[in-house]
Amino acid sequence: MAVSMLPRNRQTSLPTGIVRLWQNLGPDIALPLLGLLGFLGAWQLLSWTKILALPGPIDVVMDERSRYLILHPFYYTSELDQGLARQTFASLTRVAKGYFLAAVVGIGMGILVGLSPNVNKALDPIFQFLRMVAPLAWVPIALAALRQNEPAAIFVIFITSVWPILINTAVGVREIPQDYRNVARVLQISRKSFFLKILIPSALPYIFTGLRIAIGLAWLAIIAAEIVMSGVAGIGFFIWDAYQQNYVSEIIVAVVYIGAVGLALDRLVAFIQTKIAPAS
Amino acid sequence: MPMVTTTSQTLSQPMATASEPLLVMEGISKVYPTSKGPYTVLEDIDLTVYNGEFICVIGHSGCGKSTLLNMVSGFVQPSSGEVRLRSQPIRRPGPDRMMVFQNYALLPWLTAFENVYLAVDSVFPHKSRSEKTALVREHLALVGLSDAAHKTPPRLSGGMKQRVAIARALAVRPEVLILDEPFGALDAITKEELQEELLKIWNEHRCTVLMITHDIDEALFLADRLVMMTNGPAAGIGEILTIPFPRPRDRERIMEDPTYYDLRNHALDFLYNRFAHDE
Repeated sequence: MAVSMLPRNRQTSLPTGIVRLWQNLGPDIALPLLGLLGFLGAWQLLSWTKILALPGPIDVVMDERSRYLILHPFYYTSELDQGLARQTFASLTRVAKGYFLAAVVGIGMGILVGLSPNVNKALDPIFQFLRMVAPLAWVPIALAALRQNEPAAIFVIFITSVWPILINTAVGVREIPQDYRNVARVLQISRKSFFLKILIPSALPYIFTGLRIAIGLAWLAIIAAEIVMSGVAGIGFFIWDAYQQNYVSEIIVAVVYIGAVGLALDRLVAFIQTKIAPAS
Repeated sequence: MPMVTTTSQTLSQPMATASEPLLVMEGISKVYPTSKGPYTVLEDIDLTVYNGEFICVIGHSGCGKSTLLNMVSGFVQPSSGEVRLRSQPIRRPGPDRMMVFQNYALLPWLTAFENVYLAVDSVFPHKSRSEKTALVREHLALVGLSDAAHKTPPRLSGGMKQRVAIARALAVRPEVLILDEPFGALDAITKEELQEELLKIWNEHRCTVLMITHDIDEALFLADRLVMMTNGPAAGIGEILTIPFPRPRDRERIMEDPTYYDLRNHALDFLYNRFAHDE
């Protein structure tokens, strides 16, 4: 009896295991997958029926040029003819430089503006005005002012992403609870201690909100900047170049890279935020 | 009139050690400008506090108790009159008049130890690191928080946070300790525990204490004198009760004393009949 019980037990435990696995992971994995399949299916359908003049997902994978791009992300032939991972990396380097500059200037100016109501009154209208200017509009100005593609691209990243950092930092400094300011006043805490022990930790959640908005904007801006700046390696210029030569499938592959990198950057900053400035 | 001795501050000699006045408030008024014209919060306050006294201030909300104490701490300047500490007019906040704030005002990103250390470090910058550390340890031990020194305020209970705030205030060795309803947010048991601890610490340290409270029993247990404020606008000191119980005080023994109920009824009568709140 005991011998025959064993396999029967196993037979019933296996399906319940799968059922439990499905219950745990199903909604989190299967539903997004289902959504993705539905999206690709609809796209393919629109493409087949010629409602959209775009290649469908199957065409993108089957097309010789775009399949080469998918399968060889790291190839290198010349500065302007290299794998998409390399192109993306070139763009990311530029974003890193501009974003770093924006963080330094944005946090610094934000603290200044947040601490001094007069500086705030003097500069806030200019900030509010300038932050409404789209990244693309900065490109000709940056090119005219800096005369070179590389610094101009970095400037466009900087000027696009500096505003949310600056404005959020200023709000964070202004929102330092009155209790903490009173403690600082009654103890006559030194400026340095106030800065390091009260101001920065208190404003940090706001600063990170700004940094997270800014990383998305910076990545959006690099594409805009590079598309206009010919002759530099980068995913933005790659798209422009492909468009000029009518390689629409290549553009679609590049767009997938852009979306993936943007998502990854956002999640990266969010992750750093949870490590450094957890929500109270 | 109830059978209670009501003294003005000139008559009282509350402490054996009290010879010179430590803190003098003279003819203080506070007027805030509003869109509907000037609003007088406090009018004609005179109060003399002697070295080592424990003073409680009671009154309905909006009577300007906090404003009064904020003028002692230096956060607010009187519109007329003057507050003097050892004959020196008070112009700005300073650690000689350390506050225990209503909401504890601890920095949540620093541990209990670091919160107290920041205060000690600011007030005694010339002390060595080991001296400052010893001072912090001593005061955390005083409030029974040695074991929780490494915890940050979000991980401490309300009572423990208030203990850290008291340790921080005492560690800078203030001449006047100002407490703004320090136990208002605590449950009854924690509140009684902390009152007893505060009294014990005060007995050892003998700094001068000014404390706002809403609780008559708390005031009767702790204070040498109870300052009862009239209602605002233009609130003033209605009466000052001298609380004669000998120290060290024992809560149970005080509550068996018939004087306790005379004083209590007198204070209740003041607050709920003669100066009842409008609401």
